[in-house]
Amino acid sequence: MKQFTSNPFYKFIIFPIGQILVFALGASLVLSLFTVLLAYIFRSAMTEFDLVERVLLILPQVVINGLTIGFVYSTIALGYTMVYGVLEFINFSHSEIFMVGGIVGVELMAYFDHTGALQTMNQYVIIALAILLGMVISGSLAVTVERVAYKPLRGAPRLVPLISAIGMSFFLQDAVRLILSLTTGEFNVILPNFGTFDEFLILAVPGIATPLRFQIKSILLVGVTVLMLVGLNYLVNGTKIGKAIRAVAQDRPSASLMGINVNMIISITFLIGGALGGAAGVLFALKATKLDPFVGFFPGLKAFTAAVLGGIGNLTGALLGGLILGLLESFSASYLSTFTNGAFGAEYKDIFAFAVLILVLILRPSGLLGQTVGQKA
Amino acid sequence: MNKRLLALLSVLVLASMVLAACGTPAPVATEAPVVTEAPVATEAPVSMGTIKIATQSPLSGGQSLLGVAIKQGAELALEQLGGDLAAMGYDVQLAPYDDQATPDVGVANAKNIVADSEILCGVGHLNSGVMIPSSEEYHTAGLAFISPANTNPVVTTRGYLEVNRIVGRDDVQAPAAEEYAFSTLGAKSVFIIHDKTAYGQGVAEFFRVAAEEDGITVVDFVGTEETANFDAIIAPLVASTPDVVFFAGIYNQAGVFFKQAREAGFEGTFLGTDGMDSSDLADLAGDALTTGGGMAYTTVAGPASAYPSAAQFVEDYTAKYGAAPEAYASQGYDAMGVCLASIKAAAEAAGGTPTRAQVAEAIRAISYEGLTSTIAFDDIGDLPFAKYFIIKVNATSKDTWGTNEIIASFDLPSPGK
Repeated sequence: MKQFTSNPFYKFIIFPIGQILVFALGASLVLSLFTVLLAYIFRSAMTEFDLVERVLLILPQVVINGLTIGFVYSTIALGYTMVYGVLEFINFSHSEIFMVGGIVGVELMAYFDHTGALQTMNQYVIIALAILLGMVISGSLAVTVERVAYKPLRGAPRLVPLISAIGMSFFLQDAVRLILSLTTGEFNVILPNFGTFDEFLILAVPGIATPLRFQIKSILLVGVTVLMLVGLNYLVNGTKIGKAIRAVAQDRPSASLMGINVNMIISITFLIGGALGGAAGVLFALKATKLDPFVGFFPGLKAFTAAVLGGIGNLTGALLGGLILGLLESFSASYLSTFTNGAFGAEYKDIFAFAVLILVLILRPSGLLGQTVGQKA
Repeated sequence: MNKRLLALLSVLVLASMVLAACGTPAPVATEAPVVTEAPVATEAPVSMGTIKIATQSPLSGGQSLLGVAIKQGAELALEQLGGDLAAMGYDVQLAPYDDQATPDVGVANAKNIVADSEILCGVGHLNSGVMIPSSEEYHTAGLAFISPANTNPVVTTRGYLEVNRIVGRDDVQAPAAEEYAFSTLGAKSVFIIHDKTAYGQGVAEFFRVAAEEDGITVVDFVGTEETANFDAIIAPLVASTPDVVFFAGIYNQAGVFFKQAREAGFEGTFLGTDGMDSSDLADLAGDALTTGGGMAYTTVAGPASAYPSAAQFVEDYTAKYGAAPEAYASQGYDAMGVCLASIKAAAEAAGGTPTRAQVAEAIRAISYEGLTSTIAFDDIGDLPFAKYFIIKVNATSKDTWGTNEIIASFDLPSPGK
């Protein structure tokens, strides 16, 4: 058994994918069962329609929507949690790194549209290029931000870099707004139409009345994020750089004494976190079709919440937290109105999702998987 | 200690000088006519000082297309109609402000506007949610504003002398949209979604009341600030297959929503109100506007081509700004026209530079032949009869926005207070 688990193929491919699958399916299943149970309990209270039937009708779609947005949250949350791991502060400008990645990706596609290449090139090549460019720009931006705004404050009390990060966040928002509106005064970027991403794969499942509909871009989004998560897992757990990152996260002075270049490792952490954020931005843009310089705020806030929910500083926790938050949001937005007979609409989804967060934190203050990271001074 | 006292004293002296300087324009204004009355009639105008007219609308951001149209319409009007005041010796200037479609920014600008004593009249805003808090400032300072676009009833029902509008109201517009859904489309069920602003939620409520009276089933009534990913709302929407989705909000949010709802399989009709009236909607939503049941909206500001006397305006505007006027450009032009005519009337009555109160009174007394209609205000600052249009969208991109058709137009009375 030991020999099998230390096999790199198992350790870096099968295990992380299995973990993601278990998390995604487990969280979906628990929430679905809970919702259906609630529907059975309140079935008799609703006279106008059959609550259970109404719930089951859209259940698969709600799960798919929740997982899609959940993977985006997870990918952004990794950026928060990695930086927290090594520096122990919340990098609030990460939501803007995410936004910049998305805008850069869309601008690249708009450029291809302008030159006419958009309709002739393979659509997956275009997406791959956009994601790569988003990763490069966001990664280098994150490193620059660290150098400019956080490194000079390395020795300062923890609140100081936090405030610096908030300032950086506002600065980046308005800098992007300024750049985008230089020529036209318009700072919305709109994704050009191309390829077959808007189409659906329709999967008829025996026993379910409405066939499952998977939008190609949602599949793409989930596929790419899973790929990145597996890659990240390998990087952190299977390489020397990863070992150095973990060492710096555990004990910075000792790591430094062992000959690890701490500044370099911190830069690399920001590079990885930023690149993940940038890729998530491009994938999110594909889904949202319109971005503006302020679009990063809410996904960023939710991803930060997801990181806390999962246990900040813990990479697996960020993944789990993101998925749970995405599902919670999707379930509450889609079902609140049905269960309350219209008294509470989808606008209360965040109250519901955050109430769950508060409950979890009351019961487990260090987050769902937070126990593995000891509190450091 | 002594030094501090000295500093305090000098600040006080400076402050009193500044205050004194601020105080002087008033006496000048009242005494000036005695000196200059005779020459004005016969010779070249003697300078009577500067009059500024403010505009406040979103000049940057997602709604800037409409906001800039208001400003440019007003600018063109000042250029073409400012001659009368110039002949009386006034240097009339435009003072454009950018409210970014945000209440806080609008109120902050409003404080700056009322502090500038040369501003005698204003044109704005685009958003009711910005107009309502900002107009509290105008009301306190007695500065008259003319709204080219705000449709929320509360804008005028507070009964402020300083607040006027030259367009219709949501409590007429939303029922008109409902009437179209019920009679023309034969809708049996509707899904209502709003943007949680004063404008959106107001329109949505009026629509819901009208729909319930006609026996249309309101499947759901949802507010959202989401601008990017509407999946969670769309899943129950598609499952409940309403005939009509009524979106009470602004085009930049609605365009994305329409596109995603169509992709997810909604086949019915999208319906909206005047917040949809921008060519950007077609860029955002693409062919979601024409497939399935299509899309239609009611508006209080028809395209400039809907007004017979606006042909020359369209030509001049296109020549000056290089693009056809968006919605509200002609309303911006008319609002500025009313400002100029009222200042002129007030100046003639006062025999010199009028006060803000005199201008506000003159606006209520005016009967002005504008591009969009004959403008006269009732006792709360509404038009006694306003124009409403129902427009069906045929455009799938910005360039074809002009192909939208006006299905119906009516003159409906203001419900008053």
